[in-house]
Amino acid sequence: MLLIHCPYCNKKRPEVEFAYAGEAHIERPNGINQLTMTDEEWSNFMFIRNNIRGEHAERWWHNSGCNMFFNAIRNTQTDKFIMTYKMGENLPTEKQIKAAKK
Amino acid sequence: MKNFRSKKGSVINEEETIKFSFDGNEFSGFKGDTLSSALLANGIHLVGRSFKYHRPRGILSAGSEEPNAIITFDRGEGKITPNVRATTLEIFNRLQSFSQNSYPNLKFDIGAFNNVFSIFFPAGFYNKTFMWPKSFWDKVYEPFIRNLAGLGPAPLSEDTDNYASCYGHCETLIIGSGPAGIAAALAASQTEGRVILVDEQSEIGGSLLSSSNKKIDNLSSEQWLSKALNTLKKSNNVKLMTRTTAIGYWHDNFVALSERLTDHLSQVPEGSAREQLHRIRARRVILAQGAIERPLVFNGNDRPGIMLSNAAQTYLNKYGVRVGDNISVFTSHDSAYETAFEMCDAKVNVSVIIDLRKEVNADLLAEANSRGIEVHLNSSISRTYGKLRINAFEVYSPIQNKKFIVKCDALIMSGGWTPSLHLWSHSKGSIKWDKSISAYIPDKANENVCCIGACNGNFGIEKALNEGNSVFNNNKKYVVQEQSFGSGVVLNTIPNYLKKEKQKAFVDFQNDVTEKDISLAVQEGFKSIEHVKRYTTNGMATDQGKTSNLNALEIASREVGRSIEKVGLTTFRPPYTPTTFGTFVGYRDKELFDPVRKTPIDDWAVTNSAVFEPVGLWRRARFFPKNKENMDQAVARECKSTRDSLGIFDASTLGKIEIVGPDATKFMNLMYSTSWTSLKVGNCRYGLMLGEDGYIYDDGVVARIADDRYHVTTTTGGAPRVFRHMEDYLQTEFNDLDVWLTSTTEQWAVIALNGPHARDILEPLIKDIDLSADSFPHMSIREGNICGIPTRLFRVSFTGELGFEINVPSNYGLALWKILMTEGAKYRITPYGTETMHVLRAEKGYIIVGQDTDGTVTPFDAGLGWAVAKKKKDFVGMRSLKRKDLVNGVRKQLVGLLTEDPLTVLAEGSQIVINPKQPKPMKMLGHVTSSYWSECLGKSIAMAVIEDGFNLMGTDIYIPMPEDTIKAKVCKPIFYDPEGKRIHV
Repeated sequence: MLLIHCPYCNKKRPEVEFAYAGEAHIERPNGINQLTMTDEEWSNFMFIRNNIRGEHAERWWHNSGCNMFFNAIRNTQTDKFIMTYKMGENLPTEKQIKAAKK
Repeated sequence: MKNFRSKKGSVINEEETIKFSFDGNEFSGFKGDTLSSALLANGIHLVGRSFKYHRPRGILSAGSEEPNAIITFDRGEGKITPNVRATTLEIFNRLQSFSQNSYPNLKFDIGAFNNVFSIFFPAGFYNKTFMWPKSFWDKVYEPFIRNLAGLGPAPLSEDTDNYASCYGHCETLIIGSGPAGIAAALAASQTEGRVILVDEQSEIGGSLLSSSNKKIDNLSSEQWLSKALNTLKKSNNVKLMTRTTAIGYWHDNFVALSERLTDHLSQVPEGSAREQLHRIRARRVILAQGAIERPLVFNGNDRPGIMLSNAAQTYLNKYGVRVGDNISVFTSHDSAYETAFEMCDAKVNVSVIIDLRKEVNADLLAEANSRGIEVHLNSSISRTYGKLRINAFEVYSPIQNKKFIVKCDALIMSGGWTPSLHLWSHSKGSIKWDKSISAYIPDKANENVCCIGACNGNFGIEKALNEGNSVFNNNKKYVVQEQSFGSGVVLNTIPNYLKKEKQKAFVDFQNDVTEKDISLAVQEGFKSIEHVKRYTTNGMATDQGKTSNLNALEIASREVGRSIEKVGLTTFRPPYTPTTFGTFVGYRDKELFDPVRKTPIDDWAVTNSAVFEPVGLWRRARFFPKNKENMDQAVARECKSTRDSLGIFDASTLGKIEIVGPDATKFMNLMYSTSWTSLKVGNCRYGLMLGEDGYIYDDGVVARIADDRYHVTTTTGGAPRVFRHMEDYLQTEFNDLDVWLTSTTEQWAVIALNGPHARDILEPLIKDIDLSADSFPHMSIREGNICGIPTRLFRVSFTGELGFEINVPSNYGLALWKILMTEGAKYRITPYGTETMHVLRAEKGYIIVGQDTDGTVTPFDAGLGWAVAKKKKDFVGMRSLKRKDLVNGVRKQLVGLLTEDPLTVLAEGSQIVINPKQPKPMKMLGHVTSSYWSECLGKSIAMAVIEDGFNLMGTDIYIPMPEDTIKAKVCKPIFYDPEGKRIHV
């Protein structure tokens, strides 16, 4: 069972407290922008995900803890969490991910 | 009976005699014995029959790797444990143990005819044989296979034991308490952190308990061990755990330990747990699991009396038991010589050593010579003899093409050593092939973990001690006087003059997989070791191939013609050894298995003989039968009384979320397709929630309590996901909004009153709310007091009758319910359950999300287009509703159905066709979602989703059922009071 660092609690907590919540950094277009999108563009936003083998930016929810959603970089091959960060922060650069691995 | 006890074993207490039974015969052993050592001390080798061929089998090993000696032990009703390894079961007074897989008895077993016909049971026998005819699958083949399947008998009665579980934390977790583990623990005890040392056996010591004549730092191994134990016991930071198996190793050094607390006791203390699961999180894990000796794969290698050399050594030194009076050795590794010499030194006759190698260290040969043991190099064993126990074997020398017979009563063998990589592999550490020992050893760690001693490929006590010590950068060097561990060769084929077809050389003893089976699997095209494993079932028994995996791999590699590294190793999976379900369950048994979520009114329902049903995590009253009514009768009565007079219903399970903040309305407008801007304080509105995909996600009545405050209700089952859905959007997409969400489901008890007298019963009880139709119309909310209890009183209805939902703080729910029952007597108040609620709402065509919708139904499909605001600039699901397929495509739509025969009630879920005479497979237009007998209407009613249903109004459709085809007419899904007069009174 993984230990996951919640960036809001700033604590490592066991995996059972968390729930996976899909790929991160997919921004929902607002109502006005939605209207100019073709069906295909909208479908891409709705249904198409990267399904990366390796380092994946994804959302997690501390549902049995502080109830906050946050983002994480996790290696889908090894399951290992590399880093977690608060909602709204930018996707970490390769340099930041590399630094977090150390 | 002859006694095979030769000396004092290191764990044996000869002062204490233990009486036990095996297959009904009484035996005695000593305190410290395992069942296998005690049986061997009584001269018993035959302990079971093999799984497939029912061949007589003896004890192969002395540890948890045992594939053969699998027994059942019985501690009374509800305490029967099958498939226990005799090699790990400690004996206690009055232990009753039984062999398995034999009928009528172990010595004469009818199933053994399988052995005679074994030529017909090759690898993949079942896959090949039980293919056709298809009609035989469930009638003939399955009962036959089921009868054969499984090892010991599954217990028939409930397990009466208790099990415990706990969490633990430490800086260093050491698994395995042989020399490597002890040295590591001694070094770790000098650090600050907490140390746990775990061993599956009853004593700390591992291989030190099985060896003799060793000197560690000038102390005998026994003295050194007791000194080390003393030091560890005195260290405050060290916890020693015996009879504890590390069964699995997961991410971030999470290790599960199964501790056996009482299976070795004849008197179990009252209330004691039988086993305890420890979930340990360790900063660092040190694996010192040792190595397992490999059998030699030769013709007839499974006869009772043939065992691993290390096992014979363990029985001798640890338990003081010699495994025979006339022993021979068959080996390809030096370590078997040590066993032979120790046997000789204990005055056991060892006649010959058959060694497969051409050359052997001259010192060993000299030592053998000095003890009078004949050594035959470059020789092999081609046959073994003896029905229920080996009595002779045939030696074959391939160079001279010479054969001769040797008599014996036990044959010990060694095919080299396999480091135990099980937990290392659970932790996803990588492995590499070590040619020098012909085995896989650990390579790169995936966690904070290391392997030491034999499981790291470093054999011998001195190496183990020093590697254990060096883990903590300790400078100390241990010096051990021991015979060098030596070396050996691993052969992928044992020379024999007999043709392969004539041989029975077992690789996996427990699943009866022979060398031939593996060759056959490869010939038939199974090249991957994972496929070979599944096809032959090699390594798939309860021992998970601890003694067989590497031998199988060698043979597969030879047959495939690829090096062993290329063939790869099968995956190790938890648990390391078979583990009882009780261990996993722990305390979470019976009422704690899945705790029941009850409403505040549950107690009343229990006393009033409610029949319950689970709804989500809740337990809800389904109906309240009176005078032996069945469900249909009770529901008919409850429906009628509610419509005629007054019904009372516990709606406390309704999901509730309080939405508060200056931007509450903005947020509500985004989350629901419904518009909230125009909703006045004190009013309610039906809210429809969509997923971003445009399909109905949830629904419920929402009340506006204040400008900045909404009381939202959700479906009972949907409450958690609706809350999560709202939190997700609020935190990640609409995070500029100033809104707070609080789940209040359990803060409110909700009592629904429905029926023409709903207002009459409330009027005397509520002083501060005007209940008249004019000032408190349908779909509104008032705050006030009922019987002095603060309430949020909703005037809403899920039945089509005049209705109120009284929300009071949960603690008052039961008291208020009781008052209402008393006050309602004059209106013949009738409590009703979820079943009646379903019927009443269906009569009005109100949908239940998840029953009438299935995640592919839009508001328009459900006839709820009116609940989608047209003017809003954004809401979740808005864009998806405009997708071409949803706008123009042919959709399944929610309609009502009336059967031609009003007495016929359709089955929910049944399929609908337009023409029952069309050829099969018929085109299915949709299915029945809700269907009930309506007592009030005197006919059956149903709702269904049907392709293009809105255009089929008045059309006949058909529901083909196994017995007959039912005809029904499509109608609007509203059957009762379509004008809605009753609701507005």
